Amino acid sequence: MIRRINTVTIAFAAIISLSLSMPASAGKDDNTLNVAFAAEPEPLDTYKIAGREGLILTRHIYDGLLYKDLDTGEILPALAESWEFTGPLTIEFTLRKGVKFHNGAAFSADDVVTTLNTVINPDYGTRYLISVDWIESVEKIDDYKVRINMSKPFAGAVEMLADALSIYPHEFFSKNGTDGISRTPIGTGPYRLVEQEPGVRYVLERFEDHYADSPKSGASIDRIVVRSIPEMNTQYAELMAGDLDWIWRIPPDQAARLESRVQIISAPIMRIGYVGFAPEALNGDSPVSDPKVRQALIHATNRGAIVDAFAGGASKVLNTPCNPAQFGCAQDVAQYEFNPDKAKALLADAGYVDGFELEMIFAAMPRATAEAVAGDLANVGVTVNLNEQQYAAGIGQWRNKEVPAFFSNWGSYGIGDVVFILSNFFGGGADDLVQDPELAQWLKEADTSSDRAEREALYTKAVKRIAEQAYWMPMYNFNVNYGLSPDLSFTPHPDEFARWWQADWK
Amino acid sequence: MTVFILKRLVIAFFVCLAVSAISFALMFLSGDPAIAIAGSGGRAEDAEAIRVAYGFDRPILVQYVDWIWSALQGNLGQSIYFNIPVSEIIGNRIGVTLTLGFIAFGVALIVAVPLGIAAAMHPNGLIDRIALILAVTGQAIPSFWLGLMAIVVFGVWYGWVPISGTDEWQGYILPVIVLSYYALPEMMRITRSGMIDVLASDYVRAAYAKGLPARQVIWKHALRNAVLPLVSLSAVQLGQLLSGSIVIESVFALNGMGRLAWESLLRSDLPVVQAIILLLSLLYVVLTTLADIFNALLDPRLRGASV
Repeated sequence: MIRRINTVTIAFAAIISLSLSMPASAGKDDNTLNVAFAAEPEPLDTYKIAGREGLILTRHIYDGLLYKDLDTGEILPALAESWEFTGPLTIEFTLRKGVKFHNGAAFSADDVVTTLNTVINPDYGTRYLISVDWIESVEKIDDYKVRINMSKPFAGAVEMLADALSIYPHEFFSKNGTDGISRTPIGTGPYRLVEQEPGVRYVLERFEDHYADSPKSGASIDRIVVRSIPEMNTQYAELMAGDLDWIWRIPPDQAARLESRVQIISAPIMRIGYVGFAPEALNGDSPVSDPKVRQALIHATNRGAIVDAFAGGASKVLNTPCNPAQFGCAQDVAQYEFNPDKAKALLADAGYVDGFELEMIFAAMPRATAEAVAGDLANVGVTVNLNEQQYAAGIGQWRNKEVPAFFSNWGSYGIGDVVFILSNFFGGGADDLVQDPELAQWLKEADTSSDRAEREALYTKAVKRIAEQAYWMPMYNFNVNYGLSPDLSFTPHPDEFARWWQADWK
Repeated sequence: MTVFILKRLVIAFFVCLAVSAISFALMFLSGDPAIAIAGSGGRAEDAEAIRVAYGFDRPILVQYVDWIWSALQGNLGQSIYFNIPVSEIIGNRIGVTLTLGFIAFGVALIVAVPLGIAAAMHPNGLIDRIALILAVTGQAIPSFWLGLMAIVVFGVWYGWVPISGTDEWQGYILPVIVLSYYALPEMMRITRSGMIDVLASDYVRAAYAKGLPARQVIWKHALRNAVLPLVSLSAVQLGQLLSGSIVIESVFALNGMGRLAWESLLRSDLPVVQAIILLLSLLYVVLTTLADIFNALLDPRLRGASV
């Protein structure tokens, strides 16, 4: 019996000692940044993916022709040394010499021509058509000069070329296509991918031959190991144990709890929450067809309290259907302070003394926020029937004009220009349930003008009209809470693209 | 016996077919997959292009028949999300789930059966009470909570085992313990009650009366009959462990099938979801069929029973 106990004890001790001999946490000591995402990154072909996780990785691996410095708003040369509009619909680029891809291939005009001409072909299946459908064709002028012929005037062209449209090595890409580039991503970026288990684990290594004048140069971290860990509590545990150095999207209440243990940063982002009202829904037979009702609903909602309670951090109440950080998002617009009495008076004026019932779908928003809005509206007699949906189902019903109110959010692809939000919801397309022809016309002109001042004036008019007519109840700009190792120095940006090439150890 | 097995297999085939058809239809009821794939930034035009590109504009029945026809030929399609063959993704992840499920099942069985027998030998005794506490806590404590507590204590405080992943084999220690703790109560209780019934039966009393030693009576005579319900339960339990470890896989960041199924559902990666549903329904059918056959071998009276 004693011998048996001893055997068990020894076996147990062996297990424990083996466990104790596990490699210690990495991080600062071996200059490796350990990162966790809750969502699994998609395959690393920039043109096929929508998730921020995969796009963050691609921005480390690939470069675009241009780059936007979000701190100054300036567009900088990247793979293109210089560029100019040579006509209303043509842009010419002089390309940088001496740039190398991760596989050793030299960068030249062929890479730009092959990549862009391939991804604009509808058969390629580029995920966001808006990103490439303005390109008619790309021509090679010589080995280091290319011309982009535009299919239509598009104010977002330069923004898109600034790192969103990656350039692939032409020989590899034309031979292996999207499958090849996803399995073996090869770019000119500051990091090269050395290992990947799709969706699960990625290892990036600093690319020593990265071109010196790149706006992404100067990376100081040697290796980046990215894992997907779906459970946030597990991420917190690993961060506290020192096995992780970087996590993000921590809910506000958790961020407050973690603050004493790790480094927490809250940063505002482009994404904004909104309640869209649809005068066009239900054949126009809905109380929200009346502007007074829409104004009353905004007056009745205590957005300040909702932001404080549920968003916290760097979030602020918005008065515009766009993010104040975006170009064209004028702030001098009609504002609706929290005033339930005024709301009741407006409702009475509109003929709804006893209130009414309002169906509101919410998608991709926390239930508590939706319930708070419903609670505030109940105080002025409006009974909100809350209907939580997956985004796909919710937006589907919205587009089918089945619901008068839709509570959700929009990220503008992280781009600091209202071109990617206003026209989507008010430009007369499928997501526009307002259908204000004058407003749609202003937006069309602004989206296609290349005169910055003219664009700004037109967008200002549009934003003012939307606010005055209360077509939307803008809620707040989102913020992201990052959890960082106390040793890590990291600056977040409002476009939600983590720039680890700028990160450093303290 | 052959007829018995053949009948079982025919039923199994139709069960799988029905499950896959129903699940296919249900997925389309949960929202437009094209919009889901286009993502929260997708415009109506993007969704439309995706609808055509992936063939979602065809009638559901046509899509289903196409899919099942390819699946029967061994082609499970291409993952929409990962853009690689579904069989490749499943191949990459099934190992984790099988390892986790089988080890947890084995651990649960090794603990549950002797404990159930010991508890049955002395009802209301000390071991029976300990077993009862284990059973009650195992059923009452949610596995995600237990998992997180285990992480905090053994991963963060003591640092004995990895918190997540399976880069080292030690990564399996906590998930196996938590998962087997969840499977243990039912197995133990069914062994205990089976043993109590059998021990009270005439043939066991007769065996004792003949003067056979207790060990021989229990292991040779009683256990064989007491485990019959345990065999059927084990098939279901093993199926649950292999298919239902979503929570454990998420908590411990293990990249297995459970997590893959859940996340594929959320991102409307229909080919992956369909393949997993088909595989899991096949798994259940195979396990329950095996349990029936094994029971029939243990108890000859069952061989003549109708299906």
